Amino acid sequence: MIDQVVIPLLKIVIVLNATLVGVTYMVLLERKVIAWAQSRLGPMRVGPYGILQPVADAVKLMIKEDITPVRADKWVFTVAPIISMVPALIVYAVIPFGPVVRMFGRDVSLYITDVNVGLLYIVSVASIGVYGLILAGYASNSKYPLLASLRASAQLISYEVAVTLTLVSVILVAGSLSMVSIVNAQYNSGWWFAFVQPLAFVIFFIGGLAETNRAPFDLPEAEQELTGGFHTEYSGMRFALFFLAEYANMIVVSSVATTLFFGGWLPPFPNTAAFHFLYYIPAWAWFLTKSFVFLYIFIWVRATLPRYRYDQLMRLGWKVLIPLAIANLIVTGIVKVVLM
Amino acid sequence: MFDTNELVLNMGPQHPSTHGVLRVVLRLDGETVVDADVVIGYLHRGIEKLSENRNWTQIILLTDRMDYVAAATSNVGYCETVEKLLSVEVPRRARYVRTILCELQRIASHCLWVGTHAMDIGAMTVFLYAFRERELILDLFEEFCGARLTYNSMRIGGLPLDIPPGWDKKVLEFCAIMDSKIDEYETLLTHNRIWLERTRGIGVISGPEAVALGMCGPALRGSGVPRDVRKDEPYAAYDEMDFEVPIGTTGDTYDRYLVRMEEFRQSIRIVRQATEGIPEGPIVGKVPRLIKPAAGETYHAIESPKGELGYFIVSDGKSTNPYRFRVRPPSFCNLQALPRLVRGHLVADVVALIGSIDIVLGEVDR
Repeated sequence: MIDQVVIPLLKIVIVLNATLVGVTYMVLLERKVIAWAQSRLGPMRVGPYGILQPVADAVKLMIKEDITPVRADKWVFTVAPIISMVPALIVYAVIPFGPVVRMFGRDVSLYITDVNVGLLYIVSVASIGVYGLILAGYASNSKYPLLASLRASAQLISYEVAVTLTLVSVILVAGSLSMVSIVNAQYNSGWWFAFVQPLAFVIFFIGGLAETNRAPFDLPEAEQELTGGFHTEYSGMRFALFFLAEYANMIVVSSVATTLFFGGWLPPFPNTAAFHFLYYIPAWAWFLTKSFVFLYIFIWVRATLPRYRYDQLMRLGWKVLIPLAIANLIVTGIVKVVLM
Repeated sequence: MFDTNELVLNMGPQHPSTHGVLRVVLRLDGETVVDADVVIGYLHRGIEKLSENRNWTQIILLTDRMDYVAAATSNVGYCETVEKLLSVEVPRRARYVRTILCELQRIASHCLWVGTHAMDIGAMTVFLYAFRERELILDLFEEFCGARLTYNSMRIGGLPLDIPPGWDKKVLEFCAIMDSKIDEYETLLTHNRIWLERTRGIGVISGPEAVALGMCGPALRGSGVPRDVRKDEPYAAYDEMDFEVPIGTTGDTYDRYLVRMEEFRQSIRIVRQATEGIPEGPIVGKVPRLIKPAAGETYHAIESPKGELGYFIVSDGKSTNPYRFRVRPPSFCNLQALPRLVRGHLVADVVALIGSIDIVLGEVDR
């Protein structure tokens, strides 16, 4: 009873809350880091060094008037933010934050569940999120959001191809679709897969930037051209859902990158005896640190780079990343067969 | 069966990237711009008409309100036009200070331009870096005339006040800071692949065509036409300054960007020379107590940061205000080229091009 119901429920509650808090503080982190990059201070007023800013933001967004444009498609308009948010959250079900550990006299796994098609689950669930953007743009019945949502769907679909192809090459190396098995495979091989599949990692990271609509690929919400993009007509909590979904997706991409390419909860050189002292640092700390590094790079890139244009983005996706990903996949396959 | 319609997209007058209250009506085919129609007039305050009912000195402060990011240049242009009408000799010291102010103003205006232009293309950090340096210039102006935006910093015949003690040293200190900061902007942009892809080959316009459209300033020089009023018809103390006029080759957005980046450096060079060579002497020439030019008309142009800023003034010789006051604003003339520039490009390029021609709506509408 406890093992089947209480512990999983507890884990779900913890992960969901941690994610939501993490997402709100991710917003603060982004504002702070970008401010430092731009020789500013960032939020400083709410709490010491602005650490309560997310709370103030949340309160503001909740008490704001919730406007639905008169000519909008009301149902779709309401459903779109939810479609955008929910997939971003349920992906966390299969992300392993650590191995099975002993806690209070029980063996507890630091992941909600380990599905044997975990990676497939992530890819498929994460792509539902794009419907949120398309529907939001369509339902707003306004030109700027429409243009933005067209961009968003084209962008997400084309980059998903490249990203998924890189995942396939990781699956080939690991021999499994389960997230936990992929980490274990990295333990057995003694190397993080980033060193085994460097090209796949680079493509995955660029594709990840594009899939989460982050700079330099943040076209769907290009503020300067499309005045905010697909969420132009949204306000209050519905807008916040889109916003949170974007950041939740960033955390998902960072976590997946960590798990697939940087050994998840494993320390560097996981299978080398000389480095075993690194295991004194708890597994979840490794995982969170590595994910944090990715998140930091996400923000750093945004502070530095200009934005791609729509057609250039598509060209990069279809003419550079996808051929490279396919080539990488073929080479991986050949090497795998030869080694066997 | 299926009908493909052009989408009419109204960009502005409230839009984050139209640099004020510009309205551009775009006809789109997908995301490609088929045609653009520029609608102006949202900031019209009737400055020209207003000037015909003010006396000659009062007009100086109206010229502040035209190109409000380069007010000192507008002041200088107006005062020199009236001096030409009055045939007043301006003392050399005043001309030197005017040159310093004009060039500092050019740096400030270009700072604003590089910041907003980069921001339109998505590089937001440059914006804050550029404003950090613009702030230093505003401080210098504040010390000189007490104002930070609308300076009212000139008088007919010379300067309202002499430069404060130690001001010239601060200007030189600023030049040293600015030198390294320009490299900083260039590190972020000039060789950035995304920046190159976003600006190269966008809005290409040939030299003759740019001239035919009446373009001026850096936007014209980007197309390879070496027209610069400072060189061609020197005013203030530019005839005594040693500087180069950078020109572009292809006339695309990237060339206009490079031209302005080089102008930063040339401006610093001029500021250095002028500050080090400030002569002693009076700051105001012999101007009559009651300014009442003889009947006649005159046109005088200066090189504002945006291009050729000209004043055409008619005096009837009887009253203490101009009979006709007309401004040739560079932003207005450059804005004419916008529909030609954006045709065939994408929506994202429209904001890049608006940034590239560097307009100020206060000057376009007056």
